[in-house]
Amino acid sequence: MKRKPIAAKKLKPSDAPFTIVNYAIMIMLSITTLYPFIFLITSSFSALDMSLGGLSIIPRQFTFSNYERVFANPNVGIGYRNTIIRTILGTSLSLLVTFCLAYALSKKTFPNRNLWTGLVVFTMFFSGGMIPSYLLVKNLKLIDSMWALILPELVSAYNFVIVRNYMQTIPQSLEESAKIDGANDITIMFRIILPVCKPILATIALWVAVWHWNAWFDCMVYISSQKGQVMQLVMRRIVMLGSSDQLTQMEGQSHDFFTPEGIKAATILVATVPIVCVYPFIQKYFVKGVLVGSLKG
Amino acid sequence: MPNTATDRSGDNVRRTKATVGLARRYWDNRYLLILMLPGLIYFVVFKYVPIYGLIIAFKDYNFFQGVWNSPWVGLEVFKELFKTPSFWEVFRNTIIISGLEFIFGFPAPIVFALLLNEVVNVGAKKAFQTISYLPHFVSWVILGGLFLQFFSPSIGPINIALKALGAKPIYFLADPKWFRAVLVSTDIWKAIGWGSIIYLAALSSIDPELYEAAALDGAGRWARTRYITLPSLYPVITIMLILATGNLVSDNFDQVFNLYNSAVYSVGDVMSTYMYRKGLEGMEYSSAAAVGLFNNIISFTLVIMANKIVKHFNEYGIW
Repeated sequence: MKRKPIAAKKLKPSDAPFTIVNYAIMIMLSITTLYPFIFLITSSFSALDMSLGGLSIIPRQFTFSNYERVFANPNVGIGYRNTIIRTILGTSLSLLVTFCLAYALSKKTFPNRNLWTGLVVFTMFFSGGMIPSYLLVKNLKLIDSMWALILPELVSAYNFVIVRNYMQTIPQSLEESAKIDGANDITIMFRIILPVCKPILATIALWVAVWHWNAWFDCMVYISSQKGQVMQLVMRRIVMLGSSDQLTQMEGQSHDFFTPEGIKAATILVATVPIVCVYPFIQKYFVKGVLVGSLKG
Repeated sequence: MPNTATDRSGDNVRRTKATVGLARRYWDNRYLLILMLPGLIYFVVFKYVPIYGLIIAFKDYNFFQGVWNSPWVGLEVFKELFKTPSFWEVFRNTIIISGLEFIFGFPAPIVFALLLNEVVNVGAKKAFQTISYLPHFVSWVILGGLFLQFFSPSIGPINIALKALGAKPIYFLADPKWFRAVLVSTDIWKAIGWGSIIYLAALSSIDPELYEAAALDGAGRWARTRYITLPSLYPVITIMLILATGNLVSDNFDQVFNLYNSAVYSVGDVMSTYMYRKGLEGMEYSSAAAVGLFNNIISFTLVIMANKIVKHFNEYGIW
């Protein structure tokens, strides 16, 4: 952006071909990114088979019945409920534990600080992986419990590093006056450090929340009951395995217009829309987090 | 002799003093210790216990005896694994797919950032940027469903276009000739915008006076990119390169798992999906853990080596 004045000034005729080509590339890339989503939206509102309509992005015979089918499915409601619970519970717990850990290890006076930090950071580069983690969750008797979705990835070492680095930039003097008044570390953390850390905590909260919203593998492996399924997995069952009892059972009712593809498309969109709606608003926090984190990779 | 004795006792005193001092320091920081405890317990239980659990790769694990009591078998599990042809096929697939993703996927965000940086109109630039981030926020489960329809031979727009041109439809997700191309291109498609953030940030911190001076000297767009922009990106590129090296043997489970099917196992089955089917579906825990450990050691070694090599050339290592 700083370059804008010079670049604008320097837009000589010789620059024009480059600018045109560059814009063309950018527009092509944007279309490539958006088109699959647009295709899906069109399909979800179509009452007729999309293959007959060529590449048109206008729905073939506009209908809401695909969506009605999706919302009539009780599993969708269950999935949404579980996803919302895990997102809220998982994010708040993650924030609390990450914040406390980062605060303790941001203190220069804390004994063996580098050892403890190293212990955490090491897990970024080396992990037990899928099988031992599964056996652990099984041994802890967490199978079929919401905790199996929350505890195993409670704190990310990367988020810890970001929060800790941020805390280290807070001037010492801020705490010292409180210390003279006799406040202990816990009081100081909640009263003084927490308000200062709000921006970085908001960033981390969004990361964790989006992660929880999109998570599915843990649920597939750890949760077997129908009542415990999250939205992503409900969607996966309908779309990928094509299993969908509800698809076949609907086949009988022919007075409505819908296609199996349309229902699949509508299901995908029902699972996607919340995240896509909030993303333009939260992306700047995401970007900020990436940058803060990269300062000291 | 007496000298050494006194020395040693002095040493002991010093050591006890040090221990007392350390305990004292922990006592002085007891509130911080309480704050640290939940996080510490988490990392020990959920990160270090699974690392310890990797020892089942050297045992004949069975669930009733547990990790600790199952009998040791030394390197038997690995010997068995290395004799399995499917393991090497999976290993080769992983390296080929990750290699291709590295070759095409690593420069892609850099090029994108450079081109985006040349877009003068602020509004247009923001729009391109926002659109390019979109796929990052969508999970591979959703994208799996999306691409299943998008690449479908009957209703997918690509095949509709091919059919309109008189060509035969292509079964992108079921044809071994095409499957890797699908994996690599969709991986880049998802990551290009998000991956460019860090480069765009580095670009925005370049001093505009450098460009002005270069322009006065008659440097064209290419010369300015070559001599000012790219050199300022070197530190970031180096760090990203080191991190990318560790990914050379690690694959994208979410992506492959949601796109593959038995028709393309020969080209698309990778370490993590293999481990999943072996361990969690086939219950061959020891063998699957051995696959994981093998993978882990290689990628850890690669990161350390890359870091060493890079440090040899410049000062931008990650530690």
